[in-house]
Amino acid sequence: MNSVTQEVKMDFQPLKERGQREVFCGLTGIIWLHRKIQDAFFLVVGSRTCAHLIQSAAGVMIFAEPRFATAIIDDRDLAGLADANDELDKVVKQLLERRPDIKLLFLVGSCPSEVIKLDLSRAAQRLGKTFAPNVRILNYSGSGIETTFTQGEDACLAALVQDLPQSTKSDEVELLVVGCLADVVEDQFHRIFKDLGLQSFAFFPPRESTQRIVVGPKTKYLLAQPFLTDTARFLENMGAQRIAAPFPLGVEGTEKWFSAAATALNVSPELFEKVIAPQRDRANKSLEPHRAVLQGKSIFFFPDSQLEIPLARYLNRELGMNLMEVGVPYLHRQHMAEELAMLDPKTQLSEGQNVENQLDRCRAQEPDMVVCGLGLANPLEAEGFTTKWSIELVFTPIQGFNQAADLAELFARPLTRKNKLMMVEAA
Amino acid sequence: MKLTLWTYEGPPHVGAMRIATAMEKVHYVLHAPQGDTYADLLFTMIERMKKRPPVTYTTFQARDLGSDTAELFKDAARTAYARFKPDLLMVGASCTAELIQDDPGGLAAALDLPVPILPLELPAYQKKENWGAAETFYQMVRLLGQSFILSPGQQRPARASGAKPSCNILGPTALGFRHRDDVEEISRLLRDLGIEINVVAPLGADPADIARLHEADFNVNLYPETANTAITWMSRSFGQPSTKTIPIGFKGTKAFIAEVCQLAGIECDVEKLSQSSKARWYALSVDSTYLTNKRVFIFGDATHAIAAAKVAAHEMGFKVVGLGTYSRELAREVREAAAELGLEAIITDDYLEVEEKITELQPELILGTQMERHIAKRLKIPCAVISSPVHVQDFPSRYSPQMGFEGACVLFDSWVHPLMMGLEEHLIGMFKGDFEFHDGAMPSHLGHASAPAKENLDKAPAMVPSKNGSPAWETDAEKELNKIPFFVRGKARRNTESYAVEQGLVSITLETLYDAKAHFRS
Repeated sequence: MNSVTQEVKMDFQPLKERGQREVFCGLTGIIWLHRKIQDAFFLVVGSRTCAHLIQSAAGVMIFAEPRFATAIIDDRDLAGLADANDELDKVVKQLLERRPDIKLLFLVGSCPSEVIKLDLSRAAQRLGKTFAPNVRILNYSGSGIETTFTQGEDACLAALVQDLPQSTKSDEVELLVVGCLADVVEDQFHRIFKDLGLQSFAFFPPRESTQRIVVGPKTKYLLAQPFLTDTARFLENMGAQRIAAPFPLGVEGTEKWFSAAATALNVSPELFEKVIAPQRDRANKSLEPHRAVLQGKSIFFFPDSQLEIPLARYLNRELGMNLMEVGVPYLHRQHMAEELAMLDPKTQLSEGQNVENQLDRCRAQEPDMVVCGLGLANPLEAEGFTTKWSIELVFTPIQGFNQAADLAELFARPLTRKNKLMMVEAA
Repeated sequence: MKLTLWTYEGPPHVGAMRIATAMEKVHYVLHAPQGDTYADLLFTMIERMKKRPPVTYTTFQARDLGSDTAELFKDAARTAYARFKPDLLMVGASCTAELIQDDPGGLAAALDLPVPILPLELPAYQKKENWGAAETFYQMVRLLGQSFILSPGQQRPARASGAKPSCNILGPTALGFRHRDDVEEISRLLRDLGIEINVVAPLGADPADIARLHEADFNVNLYPETANTAITWMSRSFGQPSTKTIPIGFKGTKAFIAEVCQLAGIECDVEKLSQSSKARWYALSVDSTYLTNKRVFIFGDATHAIAAAKVAAHEMGFKVVGLGTYSRELAREVREAAAELGLEAIITDDYLEVEEKITELQPELILGTQMERHIAKRLKIPCAVISSPVHVQDFPSRYSPQMGFEGACVLFDSWVHPLMMGLEEHLIGMFKGDFEFHDGAMPSHLGHASAPAKENLDKAPAMVPSKNGSPAWETDAEKELNKIPFFVRGKARRNTESYAVEQGLVSITLETLYDAKAHFRS
């Protein structure tokens, strides 16, 4: 049953719109990926706009040792006065000479580099040979024309998957958990898998790029994040099989996620119940105070990360929120099948975006809470809406039993805050 | 291709956005790929604005490239006009759209919209943010001011008798470093002098205001980076003179007052006006004596760097050891200012070059941008921000101008704050082994717990290869070096090494250290 996906229920006819999309490009993934993989460096090949994007997002922190940079294309490269490949080689050499601690270098494609068809995958191969064995050099695209926000992580992990060592059948990992998770979440999951008696499992991406993970036909993989389309495809090309599951958000999602893995790896139901029950019960209890704040409140999601559907499912089923529109940048029906089966069928799904029309719908529906990006959040607050800025959801430990209440709190906090500030005003 | 860790300026279309967002009743249709809407966050988050920037992006994706992106642009422009009904529509391309060459200007003109269209040609692979802002403002002033151009030989009509002198305040934009409060401070100062303010632009102006810029007697050029191009054109076309002095610092403000009074043809007692300046008295008070000849490195946009150098040298009593800018358009002015201080200006937009220069100079204080804070953190040197690019903490809620007499007070407080205070500096120079107040611990008034002492100053930056071939230090000389207070130790090390090289020595002894000290004193 593992990789066999059930027929997706077609209850949901998402509204598909075209127009201005108020979303990040995939380059933004660098902001958390550089922290997760500590010996990697991300070199964007792009324009000043790309450099400006990353520093506007990350530059509020003060870096003594930044682990990302941009090779800015200039008019000499465009006019063909300089061979773009020679120029890139020069930049990479300059970078690696000065940062000998780098073990893994990503050449990250952008809109300009894609439009001028600069072949970064060949450049990565060429440079990889030059700098082997000290530095591995990989390539992926984080361009806005191809990727939306978290899809940058998908593209990065897909590149890493393609670079995994060849399987010798005997050394394959049995269970691979795929998707960047906060270290604390990863540690918790690690303990649960151990308690379930699993011997051979690994998390991907690894914290150190040099960690050896082997994938092959013996491997079953479990997606921890909903935006890993290409990564999944490349894993399947290597013979790995997907364990279909909802995503580990909220108590129910986490239990079903572990349950799918346990079933696939033949863990006995008794052991499963013994390991999971205390975790589940504790987590359920921890949701109580947040349910008091969120119950009956309506919520409207603007598209951002592809986490929207699992989040909406959780907020609706476990905290009693009413779903209005749930927007997603991209809907992978197969990966999302288990989630859609649990989603309130009255929910209006939308895929893609026309931000002005969507704002009109949002204003007309007057939701109690709007989940949206930072470009919209303050302007909507100024109009009197309560917002939860969505980017925080990819920067915060939210998966698993112990984080279920933290996740609820992220949504309760803006409402609580508004109450507190308004009470002061009234007094 | 250029390796860039941090960029001092964004692309030129961000400059155009700064103009559009500063203004009312204009809208900007920007041909750009999905994702370039990140720029909205600069305004809604960093500047904490309550409105969305008046920008419509086409946000094309890869699949659109196969079809008609020009049609996509026309749709976006048409619907943006219908929805927002601006009095002026700006159209242009971002760096990626520049590559696909859809000609937004021509396409928008073909739509026959009933408002002026301002087509923007901003070469994203050659020019940068400030140029983009200056060019946009200039093109707008030209478009809306063309019917008021004086004919050749025509003189500007004299001000009606009895009318107050009037001026425009030009240059402030959205996302400008302290522009909000500078405008307030300078407006108050001008009004107190009896000068009327015709228009402040682009900040807060609408197209109708831009069309009446010609009515003012003269222009106040607050930020040459954004205003110079337009002001030069206005001086030619409307016969309006403009100010040259930037009112930053106590002395800068006094000179500015004298200049505007002269342009306005009015009398005023500058000395009397400036008597109550607290910044002046604070710098003269004995508590500030230890600031004398503190070695300071200054980098930023040209306007703020030049002004900061003057304030540092002539009002704070610092010794300016390095002065530079990323504003190539104003490189000449910075070179002149540096020459006056006996320095050679550093003109670069290369962060790594700035880092290398600071490492070499080992200043005791860095006055720079958000980017210099990264360098300062690595080298453990105190730092204060004087110029864009800045982040959210430099758009404060409190009143914090850089200009005028109040601005001088803000400068005094914020520059002195990161330095170790006098008593602590003395005691650390006398007693080394204290477990709490030791070498290399952050100044205790900044409230950081102290980590164990380490030799940090000479750690080469990771992006700059360390130089080989320096003479070797003998153990007792090295020990003696460590007795020098940490904030001047880097400089002492470098001086001693260059002295040893000069003298052809292969090793550095205790004697060499003191010889070098005496040598550089004399």
